[in-house]
Amino acid sequence: MKTDKTIISLDPRITREKLPETPDQKPLNELHHWQTFEVFHQEKTGDHHKHVGSLHAPNAEMALLLAKEQFARRYKCVNIWVVKTSDISRTGKEDEDIFETTPEKMYREAGGYKVMDRINKFKDPDKI
Amino acid sequence: MNLSNEYIPAVKDLIFRMADDELILGHRNSEWTGLGPILEEDIAFSSMAQDKLGHAQALYQVLTGMGESDPDTLAFGREEKQMKCCHLVEYPIGEYDFSLMRHFLFDEADAIRFDMLVNSSFEELANVTRKFRGELKYHTMHAKAWVIQLGNGNDESRIRMQNTLNECFPLALGIFEPSGFENQLIESGVFKGEAVLQERWISEISHILKLANLSLPDIDSVRPSYGGRKGIHTEYLKPLLDEMTEVYRIDPKAEW
Repeated sequence: MKTDKTIISLDPRITREKLPETPDQKPLNELHHWQTFEVFHQEKTGDHHKHVGSLHAPNAEMALLLAKEQFARRYKCVNIWVVKTSDISRTGKEDEDIFETTPEKMYREAGGYKVMDRINKFKDPDKI
Repeated sequence: MNLSNEYIPAVKDLIFRMADDELILGHRNSEWTGLGPILEEDIAFSSMAQDKLGHAQALYQVLTGMGESDPDTLAFGREEKQMKCCHLVEYPIGEYDFSLMRHFLFDEADAIRFDMLVNSSFEELANVTRKFRGELKYHTMHAKAWVIQLGNGNDESRIRMQNTLNECFPLALGIFEPSGFENQLIESGVFKGEAVLQERWISEISHILKLANLSLPDIDSVRPSYGGRKGIHTEYLKPLLDEMTEVYRIDPKAEW
């Protein structure tokens, strides 16, 4: 039901708008939503770019401009990348098991090599 | 301070004009916080509004160093007729097309002004302008991208941008209202003057508006909205000041 009453708010900006108390709420046409971009930022030159989040933007140029304020406003940043979310290929949720690794593979990992003894010996041959 | 006494009133006037513009537009633009067209733009626009308050604070601080009151008193303790902001910054936020066009026209002028002041003979002012050039560069990148994209959007966006440009242009010319101190500012090497700034601004915005498929009204056919620099303001400034200083006036000496 529509009434002629307008919203009185503690926020003077809202009161000034003279918004009806019972607004017509039409859902937004789906096509009016902007696409999303994934944002990567670089803290200092030479660092890897790290994924920091995503945002809505109409195109890449606007995504870069908006990303600067969303993700580089408070923290140090020297460079930003944006990539359309839809351009990212991903492995399937159902294939998560391909990343499971058996405990018997230590020989393939760096942690599998016992080198600390030799390093310590090199550093201070008298001690050992 | 490397400034001879005879130039102090001229320089103070210049800094008051700049600082008041930043304060009032910063306040106006912050009225979009929480109400912006989309979340991301809301955050970006609010952040730039805060930048402006930062610019105002730094400029008031220079005035404090020249013997004026502290920045808070300068920002919140002056009467309407003591304010030297131009009419452009006083207008209500209107619809987003108006706020965006005002942001574009003002920040283009601001960026050029700061650029001109980087080599000012008055070091305190030159230092402030050096510090904020990066922020202003972002502001103009943001404004330019929106103006060009909306100008080349659909009929509705192009017509809205053109209409709002026609409305804003005479107000924006008020930024360059000559102060009566122009010759002193030029002769002291502090600032090359509003006329030079306006000329550079026209050339810069003409170039961008062309890319935006928008046409700048003929400068000879419009009457610049002057008066702000002399303390004569639009009907919109007083309510803004009342609202902005409401809490301050309860207890000006309160510690925050």
